[in-house]
Amino acid sequence: MHQKRLTIALAGNPNSGKTTIFNNITGTRQKVGNWPGVTVEKKEGRIHKFGYDLKIIDLPGTYSLTPFSIEEIVARNFVLDETPDVVIDIIDASNLERSLYLATQLRELDCKVIFALNMADLARVRGSKIDALKMSDLLDVPVTFTVGNKNEGIDTLLEMAIKLAESEVSNLQKRRVKYNKDIESAIWKLQQHIEDNTDGNLPYNIRWTAIKLLEDDKIVKERIIEKTGAVSGDILQLTDSLRRHLRERFDDDPEIIMTDERYGFIAGIVKEVHTTSTRERIDISRNIDLILTNRFIGFPIFVFFIWAMFQLTFTLGEYPMEMIDGIVGWSSAVIAGLLPESLLKDLLLNGIIAGVGSVIVFLPNILILFFCISLFEDTGYMSRSAFLMDKIMHLIGLHGKSFIPMLMGFGCNVPAIMATRALESEKDRILTILITPFMSCSAKLPVYIVLAGTFFGPRAGTVIFSVYLLGIVFSVVTGRIFRSTLLKGADAPFVMELPPYRVPMLKSLFIHMWDRGKIFLKKMGGIILIGSVIIWALSAFPRYIQYSRDYDAEIADVKTTYALKMQAVDRAGKARLTEESEAIVSALLNVRQVEKTEKSFMGRIGKALEPLFAPIGIDWRGGVALVSGFVAKEIVVSTMGVLYAADADEKSEALHSALKASGMTPLSALSMMVFVLLYLPCLATVAAIRRETGSLKWMFFSIFYSTSVAWLAAFVVYQGGRLLGYS
Amino acid sequence: MLLSELRQGQSATINRIGGNGALRRRILEMGIIKGTEVYVEKYAPLKDPLELIVKGYHVSLRVEEAAKINVENVR
Repeated sequence: MHQKRLTIALAGNPNSGKTTIFNNITGTRQKVGNWPGVTVEKKEGRIHKFGYDLKIIDLPGTYSLTPFSIEEIVARNFVLDETPDVVIDIIDASNLERSLYLATQLRELDCKVIFALNMADLARVRGSKIDALKMSDLLDVPVTFTVGNKNEGIDTLLEMAIKLAESEVSNLQKRRVKYNKDIESAIWKLQQHIEDNTDGNLPYNIRWTAIKLLEDDKIVKERIIEKTGAVSGDILQLTDSLRRHLRERFDDDPEIIMTDERYGFIAGIVKEVHTTSTRERIDISRNIDLILTNRFIGFPIFVFFIWAMFQLTFTLGEYPMEMIDGIVGWSSAVIAGLLPESLLKDLLLNGIIAGVGSVIVFLPNILILFFCISLFEDTGYMSRSAFLMDKIMHLIGLHGKSFIPMLMGFGCNVPAIMATRALESEKDRILTILITPFMSCSAKLPVYIVLAGTFFGPRAGTVIFSVYLLGIVFSVVTGRIFRSTLLKGADAPFVMELPPYRVPMLKSLFIHMWDRGKIFLKKMGGIILIGSVIIWALSAFPRYIQYSRDYDAEIADVKTTYALKMQAVDRAGKARLTEESEAIVSALLNVRQVEKTEKSFMGRIGKALEPLFAPIGIDWRGGVALVSGFVAKEIVVSTMGVLYAADADEKSEALHSALKASGMTPLSALSMMVFVLLYLPCLATVAAIRRETGSLKWMFFSIFYSTSVAWLAAFVVYQGGRLLGYS
Repeated sequence: MLLSELRQGQSATINRIGGNGALRRRILEMGIIKGTEVYVEKYAPLKDPLELIVKGYHVSLRVEEAAKINVENVR
């Protein structure tokens, strides 16, 4: 049977319980993506109910439909252009007056709308009662009650939505806010003019269009110019003169007066349908806030929560991480045993499994981190943390909510960048994404340990600490510069609701956590897989290298010589000789590996980049190590190990002496550390930047910016140090 | 008197909202309009932003934003 398909959009204020209702309706059958062209998250789900195929769209939570923020534009455009069959407005019943602002705006649009009074049980406890029938009557809109977190009233809501979708269009003109006489007459004049001068072929309802023009709505203006062409000049001219007239009459902008009028209209409705008993209510939420945002202990508690989140993410996450690491190692061992030596085997083992394996180990971190972040968000603590931190973050031109992603950057940039979703303003999000990579992630630490440990001895700790500090300084300076140039004027007003604390629902927490995990896993199959293969190819090709020495013959030589020697000695001597021969063979293999790397494409790139690395005191081997660090920063150490012909381990003495012997100096080591701190983020982070900014442009910008800053800073350190007489 | 000059625990009535387009409109749309009662719940530990109770819900504003709002009838 072919089922009829209906599209239902959920609108509502942030914290109205909209997402809970969405999760209840769709369960896990939801698709998370982005709205086209922007980084606002789009959630949709499909269900079959009452014989219908229902497509449910979760619109971004907004307080209004005035197109100031991207979320509002997205929500409004969806209702206007995609014309869903029904829009359900989720209204927080304990916050009726403010919620009705969005509701009246939806009502003014040309769409079928239902109001769902959510969390009415809570409102009742707080001593307020809403007369839904009267409200439905007054506003000429179906009204029903729901309790999202108890899954009550959802079926009734869907039934009503279907009934409304199938009904004939009611007289929309009846459903309107009546403004004062002057404004109504201006609307009427403009409406007449539009009707007379166009063939009525306008994209939207004419009264609504006139209202929006009087409110100086940029998007509607553009649309009018697009649609009406020649006559648009006339329409806009009349609009201007009407606006001027109204401004003189009221001594304020018409849009401000109209906002006032809407609230006036709402106040009238609320008075009719809402009764509050005057009994003193006990507000648990306020009491919790007495502690959590307390002047003295608010910060220590915040620091504790962040510390706990860090601990959970990186300490608890270590166990599953080791398990995944074990599985990756095991599967590569199995494949190594199954397949004969071939190019395919090398690709599988050293390209795909090693590359993807080195990134997939972050999955537990990401799941745990997002569990914690959803916990912060769903309980309402996230906005308190922004409340606490805003003063500090505002100094960098950022919102208080940017603090958590930036802090997570010290652990791993991938979840940190994914955590920027908590920020409402797109520009805040992009700015935070651009500066987060300067927070030195944990994968860079081994590089510092090797370099500082080798060249700075007892002062290594101080040096590493200074490097971290330098990263923070760079992120602050970058933030300030970008805020006043590239991402200017977007310092969104900090008008932020502090919603009441709520007990989180486990189901929602897991759904959020799994959404993030899914996105991460998808990336594994895409960009990271491709990137790993490319990097592998660069280091594995050309396949056949003209070695300067015949290593195989030399190794065979050593083996025969020692085999002969061993015949003449006793057991102790044999053990000694075996050890000796093995050492010589592994040294030879190492030298061969160095030559192989040197002659591979990767090595050639390193050599070609030598003129670039020379001014910052890094030789070609360091250069290759840095280039290979693009896959993951941990690889910098192992590549240095290979190239400087030593065991690759940050604790290994061999690498220390090899580095010292290579001609590297404390100054060039410092320069390299600064470079590692700042230069392009690893492949996984780059992929996350691409995803979260939704654009290649920002991804390349971030790569280019961080690398040039890294080079300049290293240059200043190295050349400046030399001028000052250090080496 | 400016909203930003109120102390914790004081109430007042909104009189005039200044500031430029987007910020002003956003404040109005959140229901902070002329004639509305506000109660200053608290200031953040670093004295900025501040938390208000308006129309039965809690909202925070930066001090610089609150400085654009005139209030009267301070209690």
